Amino acid sequence: MNLEDLKKIREKAEKDIELRQKKTRIKIVVGMGTSGIAAGAREVLKTFVEEISNRNLLDVVVTQTGEKGLASQEPMIEIFEEGKPVIVYGNIDKKKAQGIVENHIVGGRPVMEYVIEAK
Amino acid sequence: MMEEICAHIMDITANALSAGAHYIVISIEEDHERNLLATRFNDNGKGMSEEMIRRVTDPFFSTKTGKKVGLGIPLLKGTAETCGGTFSLTSKLGEGVDIFATFALDHPDLPPLGNLKETIIVLIVGNPDVDFSFTYTKDGNKFSLDTREIKDIIGDMPVNHPEVVKFLTKFLDEKTIFV
Repeated sequence: MNLEDLKKIREKAEKDIELRQKKTRIKIVVGMGTSGIAAGAREVLKTFVEEISNRNLLDVVVTQTGEKGLASQEPMIEIFEEGKPVIVYGNIDKKKAQGIVENHIVGGRPVMEYVIEAK
Repeated sequence: MMEEICAHIMDITANALSAGAHYIVISIEEDHERNLLATRFNDNGKGMSEEMIRRVTDPFFSTKTGKKVGLGIPLLKGTAETCGGTFSLTSKLGEGVDIFATFALDHPDLPPLGNLKETIIVLIVGNPDVDFSFTYTKDGNKFSLDTREIKDIIGDMPVNHPEVVKFLTKFLDEKTIFV
């Protein structure tokens, strides 16, 4: 893989309507303050990045943010979806993150046992 | 102390991001012959005043304002000083922050580097509007990646597009320096 391959990916995406980025439907925000990082937020962020790209979810983005302020429940994530309450999940690990993608992001059903707040 | 040097990298970067940086330079050098691990962070965020610098580097210094300061910098400074290294931070308001921390590679308390490859990917993909320049040197081998170069090629295709993420992952997987 080199930058030439990246050019090909770009050209392919230009032609192929299936590969075009769609309007963002869901935004996943992972808390990355000191306590979140110490509690394993990077692994959680990586899991979301991997799951989203492997499933070719073109309308989902995952980003990082600073301290969430509830150190005891880190790693914490928030799911923003238009017209729906913001769902806050706490104590997330790799396995739970996979479950959230499967059930919530793809299936549309929040995983109630990890939800700490809906706002 | 953080469990991995990569956790420090994430943490210092998080500070730069909250200071509004849109270009962050991170370089890591591992040199076994000189028994040295050196890390440098440079950002173009809003920078720090002298008082702020004192607050983030001296855990006993406090002000009446009680404004929250992250623990990332004192933690990195603590790790460097515990592990036979040095720490320096230079900054001016409006001019970003430059942090240089070194460690003795053979120090028994030095945390492992951790997964640098993964760290690079999550920083790039998790902050699509920010540019990063990464340099990793290990005993003379050098890897460098500047996201501005990537973004020049992909144009209006976002850096967090699944195809770009797959490319970045494969691109880094093929670099033997990370093994």
